[in-house]
Amino acid sequence: MTNSSYSDYFPILIQAGVALGFVLAVLWVTHFLGPRLKSKVKNSNWECGIESDGNARFPVSIRYFMAAILFVLFDVEVIFFYPYAVNFKELELEGLYAVILFVAFFLTGFFYVLKKGALEWEK
Amino acid sequence: MILEKLILATIIFGISLFIAMYATYLERKVAAWLQDRVGPDRAGPYGLLQPLADGAKMFLKEDFIPTNADKWLFIMGPGIAMFTALMTSAIIPWGTDLVLFGRTIALQVADFNIGILYIMGVLSIGVYGIMIGGWASNNKYSLFGAIRASSQMISYELAMGITVITIVMMTGSLSLRDITNAQHGMNWNVFYQPLAFIVFLICSLAELNRAPFDMAECESELIGGYHTEYGSMKLGFYLFAEYISMFISSAIISILFFGGYNFPGMDAFSGNVLAILGVAALFMKIVFFIFVIMWIRWTLPRFRYDQLMHLGWKSLIPISLINMLITGLVIAFKNGWFNS
Repeated sequence: MTNSSYSDYFPILIQAGVALGFVLAVLWVTHFLGPRLKSKVKNSNWECGIESDGNARFPVSIRYFMAAILFVLFDVEVIFFYPYAVNFKELELEGLYAVILFVAFFLTGFFYVLKKGALEWEK
Repeated sequence: MILEKLILATIIFGISLFIAMYATYLERKVAAWLQDRVGPDRAGPYGLLQPLADGAKMFLKEDFIPTNADKWLFIMGPGIAMFTALMTSAIIPWGTDLVLFGRTIALQVADFNIGILYIMGVLSIGVYGIMIGGWASNNKYSLFGAIRASSQMISYELAMGITVITIVMMTGSLSLRDITNAQHGMNWNVFYQPLAFIVFLICSLAELNRAPFDMAECESELIGGYHTEYGSMKLGFYLFAEYISMFISSAIISILFFGGYNFPGMDAFSGNVLAILGVAALFMKIVFFIFVIMWIRWTLPRFRYDQLMHLGWKSLIPISLINMLITGLVIAFKNGWFNS
């Protein structure tokens, strides 16, 4: 199976319809079921029983952001491997050498990031 | 054709929900068994009606939205989580073709040539469900749970992607149907790629936010994690999505490494018998892996967050990259590319 046409993707829409229908129906139904009680204290956030203080819109540690940025970077590189892997057996040695070079670039970047301490969580 | 796909999609949807429901039951029974307890046994024989009772309870609970939460995002979060969990089953080949009323029915909702990429893509959208839900709650614990969960999921996605590449290199196709057919009989990928299997299993656990990687919801630090503020079926969606993802992950592990619907001695059968036995074989593998995931949860203690990130970035990524290069070199040697 090498060629794909748009009609192959059509069943995905059907599946999406079934899934979306279920999700919306359940959210709609539960909106009307069950009791509704409101009070100022009850409607505030629950933070371990102690009175909640301020809100949760504050800056978080830069490390999470680093992990996210590095993920985007490396994931793009990983995606480049996919077309290669599919054609691996046709490309033979030429492709293999090219991908070894590419892995070398990947690892260079990877070790640079490690050396710079971008992924050190204890410090 | 459209009707056929609609029926198939609905059946698979029903099966996913059924398995997810009974996975909650199984989890409690497995936990009880491993800890020498009885587990749920009140509702129906052996407590078999327990998931139905839980479901009914979920529906009848108050649909609660905190005052300072972002209302629409708060509703969208669990919706996205559930929607993406239900979408992944579209691409899984459940068995060989079935002939009914003179029509050949492929036991797969959609078969297109980028199958495994589709799954990785849809699973990544699942991160949004968690992140949006946790952020919209406007609760510090939820926010930290969500950030931890999403950061962990994206970190392990890299190693997961690379291990999938080794399988694709061996098969030369991204279609799950082709990958399954290449493992005819007992020719399973796990015998050629044991390392990739282990890495993939670890990554699946991390993607599922399951113990020992359930930092996102460690009760002692973060209350309930990203779904602390949720109740009613919104909470139900998050829990259901987790169990459906567990079912789908087990299916993908079975297909990529354990031959999917292939089983030893399958050449003796043909037609509908083969299709039905194949589906049974696949489901046995899936149930086994669901059990393994539960077994791991109740055996291993939780990792610390920095250990988790170390394992993901500093061990699994280099290991899977090296495994990929070795696979490439071995295939090159076997095919004699170096001789010419």
